[in-house]
Amino acid sequence: MKPILEIQHITKKFKLGEKQEGYLALRDAISNPFKKKEEKNTAFFALNDISFDVYPGQSIGIIGKNGAGKSTLLKILSKITPPTSGKIICRGRIASLLEVGTGFHPELSGRENIYMNGSILGMRKSEINTHFDAIVNFSGVENFLDTPLKRYSSGMQLRLAFAVAAHLEPEILIIDEVLAVGDAEFQKKCLGKMNEISKSGRTVLFVSHDMGAVQNLCENSVLLNFGKVARTGPTSNVIDDYLLNTNRNNKWEQLKNIDKPHFSKIEAIIHGKQPNIRLRIDFTINSPAEMQPSFVAFDIANKRGNVIGQSIPNNNPFICLTKEKREYSVNIAINGFVPNDYVISAWIGPHNSTTYDHQKEIVGFSITESPQEGRIFPHTPDHGNIILQSEVSGKFQKINLS
Amino acid sequence: MIEYEIKPQNKFSLGLKELWKYRELFYFFTWRDVKVKYKQAALGILWAILQPLVMMLMFTLIFSKALNVSSDGIPYPVFAISGLLIWNIFSNGLINSANSMVTNANIIKKIYFPRLIIPMSAILTALVDFAFALIIYAAILIYYHQEVSMLKLFLYLPLSILITVITTFGLGTFLAALNVKYRDFQYIIPFMIQFLLFANPVLYSSKAFTNPVINGLMRANPIASAIQLCRSIFTGIEVDWQAIMFGSIVAVLLLLAGIYTFRKTEAYFADLA
Repeated sequence: MKPILEIQHITKKFKLGEKQEGYLALRDAISNPFKKKEEKNTAFFALNDISFDVYPGQSIGIIGKNGAGKSTLLKILSKITPPTSGKIICRGRIASLLEVGTGFHPELSGRENIYMNGSILGMRKSEINTHFDAIVNFSGVENFLDTPLKRYSSGMQLRLAFAVAAHLEPEILIIDEVLAVGDAEFQKKCLGKMNEISKSGRTVLFVSHDMGAVQNLCENSVLLNFGKVARTGPTSNVIDDYLLNTNRNNKWEQLKNIDKPHFSKIEAIIHGKQPNIRLRIDFTINSPAEMQPSFVAFDIANKRGNVIGQSIPNNNPFICLTKEKREYSVNIAINGFVPNDYVISAWIGPHNSTTYDHQKEIVGFSITESPQEGRIFPHTPDHGNIILQSEVSGKFQKINLS
Repeated sequence: MIEYEIKPQNKFSLGLKELWKYRELFYFFTWRDVKVKYKQAALGILWAILQPLVMMLMFTLIFSKALNVSSDGIPYPVFAISGLLIWNIFSNGLINSANSMVTNANIIKKIYFPRLIIPMSAILTALVDFAFALIIYAAILIYYHQEVSMLKLFLYLPLSILITVITTFGLGTFLAALNVKYRDFQYIIPFMIQFLLFANPVLYSSKAFTNPVINGLMRANPIASAIQLCRSIFTGIEVDWQAIMFGSIVAVLLLLAGIYTFRKTEAYFADLA
């Protein structure tokens, strides 16, 4: 089977000046007619020799840090901007949802916007007519169809936009960060629709920072790093690779003067051996003046950002905030944690409704030893991050493994 | 199964096939612009009629009553409105299309379709206004009991509109492309329009000049040709077909230059806008 998309050595170069200024001033062209011709050596490669194939029916996740080149790649794929060199062979219609709601006009009614947006996205008027009821049903704005869009809430606008886009019928669908907004229920609906699209044999390219969504939707993924393909393969492997690259140090320091009580130093140290492994968090608190006594909380999350648990050493305010620098150590039992990388967020405040300082995902630590003695099969993310302590009673059978 | 390639743009093409594929977008963009333009206005589409009417009255007062400008032997309001109708297609079309790429930047940055549709629809919007303004035109012709030869009306009027649209489209796409690159044109265009209003025989007769150089320029001016054609419907003055031909050639050259510039820079609009 031939690939539906063959991406061959795609490179996109920006001159740094051009990228910053956006558009040029005529004055520059007149006063500096020669300067422009000089080869500026401050070229910036948004994409550098990208190659990979996509086969029909595949859902491919594209992940990477901000500035890795994800959006540029999608813009080239959707023909919004041309590559500097290289080529892409497409064997099907591409439609992109680079940002839903493109072409929406606040003065037009919902009905009019469905037609406008649909036709900009590449639908025929007859196609929109056939899907019209389905679009309206999906969006749930039936009662406001003839109201100008400017009277819609942002959630309604988003729902309408996604509804139009979801009824496109291209062979290849490009989706970029559509799930960033909307309520939980609607996000679920969107994920369901996208799942349905990818199951229906359509090829989907999906860009998102939501690793959970990428994992759910895409079997395979491409990891971009500084404009290059860093890794391709099954999504869970690629995601782990990506997250490994974003690992936190175990030590953090802040030297700036802040006019609120704040953490100035946090360090995470693992000590002890299983089953008595402990995490020690050393932290220093600075305060510009005398403030209300406070207490601290630490959230520990896995590297996908899911919080596993919180440690509150003492829920009565115990830290007297004076101009004096104060150092503390907290010991946390983490003997149930499976081998993985974890990140810590730190919080300080006088009351659960008042925050003095909140440092998110500031330091990290990793566990290498399994909490289960003698365990030989690996720990997989599907079964969480903690081995629950359990005891069995009943009749034991002794099996000789050798 | 369709198969195509995305690669750096090397050779020049008009992309007519693609324009045809996306033909419905012309309708939708024009429809949107007309709708949005008059949606918040209490008088709505009446403005398309009122604007040329007010302009005509104003110019009649100044040029005919105060300055006594010759109007080729027809009542000055008839003379003025026939020039103004053509002029309005040109000036509105030019302003709309020159700004169109910038005002639609958010769409251009996100979705692909042949970019030429945007300035073209902007001119179509001006034509919709023109269609409504024709009502006032007809009313004035009836009011002043102008004898109109039907043959001339159905031959000359479409021809003069065609020349105007071609000229507007050429200049419009040219300016639209430059406007994306150099925002200075946003400030240049209003002056240009004011200058051109007086440089074209909209308010005075093209025979007002005796200087051969200016006359030569007038004959090569496509807008002057279009206005002359439009007026000859009822002045009975023989059409200077040589001038019309020159004007048409210039119009077509402008069109080619405009589309060429536009297509050359089009691919980078999303990077620049």
